[in-house]
Formats: sequence, structure tokens, C-alpha cells
Amino acid sequence: MSVAGGGGPGAVGAGALLAEIEEPPAPPRRARRGKRLRPWRVVILVLALLFFLTPLIASIKYSLLQLNGSYGFDNYTQIISNSALRSALFTSLEIAGISAFLVVALLLPTVVLVRLKLPKLTLLMEGVTILPIVVPPIVIAAGLAQLQGSAPTWMVHLWFNHPLTALTPVYVVLAMPFSYRAFDTGVRAIDLRTLVDASRSLGASWFTTLTRVVLPNVETAMLGAIFLTIAFCMGEVVIATILLYVTLPVEMIQVSSSSPGVTVALSVLSLVLVFLLLFSLSFLAGRRRGSTSVRVI
Amino acid sequence: MIRFEGVQRHYGSVAALAGLDLEINDGELVALLGPSGCGKTTALRILGGFDFPTAGRVLVDGQDVTNVPPNKRDMGMVFQAYSLFPNMDVRTNVAFGLRMRRQDKVTRLKRADELLELVGLVEHADRYPHQLSGGQQQRVAIARALAIEPKVLLLDEPLSALDARVRAQLRVEIRNLQQRLGITTLFVTHDQSEALSMADRVGVMKSGRLEQLDTPENVYHHPATAFAAEFVGAMNRLPGRIGDGGAVQVLGQRLSCLNDEGRQPGSAVEALLRPEAISIVADTAGAGEVTHRSFLGSSLRLEVTLDGGQKVLVEASSHDAGVDVGQRVGLRILTQSVTVVDPGVAPAPEAVPAVA
Repeated sequence: MSVAGGGGPGAVGAGALLAEIEEPPAPPRRARRGKRLRPWRVVILVLALLFFLTPLIASIKYSLLQLNGSYGFDNYTQIISNSALRSALFTSLEIAGISAFLVVALLLPTVVLVRLKLPKLTLLMEGVTILPIVVPPIVIAAGLAQLQGSAPTWMVHLWFNHPLTALTPVYVVLAMPFSYRAFDTGVRAIDLRTLVDASRSLGASWFTTLTRVVLPNVETAMLGAIFLTIAFCMGEVVIATILLYVTLPVEMIQVSSSSPGVTVALSVLSLVLVFLLLFSLSFLAGRRRGSTSVRVI
Repeated sequence: MIRFEGVQRHYGSVAALAGLDLEINDGELVALLGPSGCGKTTALRILGGFDFPTAGRVLVDGQDVTNVPPNKRDMGMVFQAYSLFPNMDVRTNVAFGLRMRRQDKVTRLKRADELLELVGLVEHADRYPHQLSGGQQQRVAIARALAIEPKVLLLDEPLSALDARVRAQLRVEIRNLQQRLGITTLFVTHDQSEALSMADRVGVMKSGRLEQLDTPENVYHHPATAFAAEFVGAMNRLPGRIGDGGAVQVLGQRLSCLNDEGRQPGSAVEALLRPEAISIVADTAGAGEVTHRSFLGSSLRLEVTLDGGQKVLVEASSHDAGVDVGQRVGLRILTQSVTVVDPGVAPAPEAVPAVA
């Protein structure tokens, strides 16, 4: 048996022996960037930087301003010492984490099922998942408030007693327009049927196929869905306020009336958190490509 | 042994399989050949457990497996392309089936390396699928399918996405492997030369039915139906007339008729003749004129237009390259016997409802 398979493009016309040894596909060539920065590009860059950085720098400066007029970290230490704020932060983080997990656990099998077994439902799914955007949050909140007010005791105990149980299901549904699309795009990009069939024929159960074959190959899409869900949960204020739950954004509004510096410090912190999330996302997505391209060399 | 017993598969009102009966013996390679939509892939998917028949059953070694899910069937499958798991390196891909069988890591990686050795790719074990060429990927896919020591190997057009040279090479390699391991194999293809060169028996399919199941030689030389004749290889239809005693007159020659089926002497028929069964001689008083000529390397394919307007394909040795377009030639039939069909029977249709 010969050593290697037949000819890539590089082998065409080469001698039979040479053609046996195949070149691995070349890493995608990067478009070469223009060497010179054209003047108008610089102008746009500066304008964009001013637009984005001015409020940020102003916020940072304001958040560092202490009551006595000097600069320091008072506002930031207050975030930590303020127990109401701290518990709101934890509540929001809990909701975000559990929502993200539920989004993956619910949507991945759904998307795979629709793509493989029920392709006729594709359009319906597109329609259903867009609904949370079409229906204004205030309407959803009003509906939920109605339910909350008239719910039987057992439902109150089971669902409405704690922000975690009350808000998580709502947020999972509300984040669906983003998370479903992220997953759907990721699954479309792979040859799902072949991969699933291959995995099944090798003896894998559906669960193993989903966790070991499908999920790792839609990793970027999954991270996107998780990120969007977390971002949504950390920022949602309308429903939480109307249903009278104290989450981070709700508490931030509270605090802003008494100590605006703390609020700004908190928003600077959440901005940093978002940046970190974004960076870790692109790092995780790039890591696989990076490691494989190292192997090419 | 594998047995399809009256297997039917309907998608709504479309019958992808309209009653398939097929037996594959142990260690045998059977190729299902047919145009797209003939049901060959459906048959393979039903055997693999990816699709389920609307009627009939499938038996493996006497056991009914019709409703067994694919992960419990012990069948290795090689797909058309892109079936390797992109997130795993080559060795992990090959070892995947063993991992599912809960073999320990050392054993399964050792076994994976053995199989990669078998397909000549052991030095690529640490690479990822996207770093391999199409041919290499298919070899890995074969190694992965064989790693689980399956009862049956299923090949779903595994060579169709490859370029011609790799395809020819892999054809030989797959056949050698299959014979060496003695593994029962069902192979689905629309490429007749693939089917003829690799299979022990070829099943020609049309519209969800098996038209003929026989050795490659018999399918080629003694096609059972007009469809089988025309789908496998190039075929001429030449007007002829039934003579007495089971003979048929074609191009002024008297040949024995393989299927006169009680046709009346004198009735018009069409004789099915392969291009290589006809030879040409340069003859200024010949019956036709060369209207097209393609040089194929080892052979020369000529289109001769007879004076009546009928076109005849002739394949000659390329050493006879002296014949040129515009030249008048005479035709001589080289075989003694011929299959005939009634005139006007639809030629092998290429456009069958598309159900893959």
C-alpha cells in the first residue's frame, strides 16, 4: 500500500512518485493589508476612537472621583462593601449562568432535531424564536405580573418566590432570538447529517453524539449563544423591575439615586467584564485554529 | 449473510424502494449501481439503520435487524466525504468506535495505529482532518470504519468526491483490503466502472427495483434488461429484423438472438451492441461516414453516421488512428450473438424522480 493519497493541486503534472507525496492544504492566505494608512482612514479611526473612548474615559474619571474631591478607589470599594449590591450581583450571575446552561441544553438538541428529522419545522422555528423580540418586553412583563398576582400558592412557592426560579425561565425564552440563531448558524456550517451518521454507526448514543461530536464542532456558535445569553441576563431591567426582583441592573438604578459614583464605577466594571468575556470568547475560538495551524508548520 | 426481504421505502407517494430482495454472501462485495434516485442509497441507509423500511425486513446472519438502531448494528460505514470529526485528530477519529465500545485508551490507540498502518497513514496520526487531502481523509474514514471490526462494511459512494487518479488508486486498495479481511461489503455507486471493477456481483437498480444482479462480466456482456444494458457502458441501438431460427439481421450480418422470446420472423427490433463489438474498415463504398473522432489514449472512439442518418458509436484500438472525420467506412459486427429490444422502448432514462 502506498504511503499517501493522490494529487492535490500541487501534484498535477508532477512525476508519479512526487505526486504520491501530497502537500497538506496550504493555510488560508491572509489578505495583505494596505501598507500605507490613507489619510481618510486615519480621520475615521480618530473619530471612532473619540466617539467610543470619550464617554469611557469620562466614566472612569468620574468613578474615581471621591466625595472629598480627590481621586481614589472609594466608589469601587463601596461596591464590595455594599451588601445589597453584592447580593444583586450574585443573583444576576446565578441567573446568567443557569440560563446559559439551559440555553445550550435545550437548543442544541432542538436545532439538531429540526435539521435532521423535522426540516419542515425550520420555518416555524424561525418564526417562534423571533417572537420574544416581536412582543415588547413590557407586554411580557405585564402578562407575567398578572400571573404573579393571581397565581395559586403552590406556583408562587415553586416559581415566583425567588428571582432565580422566577426570572431564569423567562430569560431563557427571551434570549432565544439570539441564541437560537447562533446555534442554527453553527450547525448549518458543518455537515451535520454525515457527522451524526458516522458517530452513530461507530456505536455512539445520541447523547454521546451530541456532546462529543456535534458540540465541539459548533463551539464558536455555542460560545456566541452563551455570551449573548449572559449579556442579556446581566442587562435586563424591565421585567425584573416590574416583577419586583432585585437583580444587578435593578440595584444599580437604586444605588444611582443615592451614590451616582458607585453606579458609574459599577458600569465601568461591567464594561470590563463584557470585554473580558468577548476576549475569552475570541481566544477560545481562535485557540483551535491557532493550535492546528501550528501543526501545519 | 445479509438479506433484504421485500424491502420497501416510501416517502409520501414516492417509492424510493419498491420491494427489494437481495442476498449478500459472507465476504462478498456487492455493488449497487444506478442513476441518482434509483433507491441504492436508501437501501444502504436501511442496512445501516439510518432509515427504516415501510415494509419488508432486513436480516443479518439470520437475525432480523430491521428496527435495530445504527449504534447497535456493528456496521462500519464510509461516507461520500466530510465524515471525519473535525475536532479530533486522525488517531482519535479512528479510535472513536473503540472508545464507544469502552476499550481502554492504550488498547484503542494501539489498534488505531495498526489500522492507520493498514491504510498507509500512520505518520499522519497526529494531524487533523482539514490538514489531509480528500484521498487521505477517505483512507482515514476506511480505517475508522474497520477499527470496530464490523460485521458489514457499508460504502456510500466513497470515491465520488475524489479526483480521477486517487479514485483509481483507492478503488484497488479498498478491494484488496476487503478481500484480505474477508468483510461482507455493500457498495453504492453511480459509477459503472467502479462497480464493475470492484464488485463480486453488481446489482443494477432502477426506480427502486433491482433490474439485474450478477457478476460484472454477465452484467456487461449479458444484460438482463434494456436498462441494464444501456446504463452499464455505452450501447448502440441498431435496427434489425428477426430472421428464422432465432437469428437476427443487423447491418447485413446474421447474428444469433439472445432473447428472441417468440418474436415473429420478419418483425423489426433494435439490437444492442457495444461500441467495442463493432469494427470499422476504411471503405469508399462503405455504409457510413465518420462524423466524430475522440482519441482516448488506449482507444479511439468514433461516431459513424450511416446513410440513413443512424449514428453508431465504435471503439477501436488507438493504433487504428488512421481513420479521420469525413472518411467513408464500412462496419463489421464482431460478436456472434446479440440482445434485442422492441423498437421505441425508452432508452435508459437518466431523469428518474430524484430521491437519493
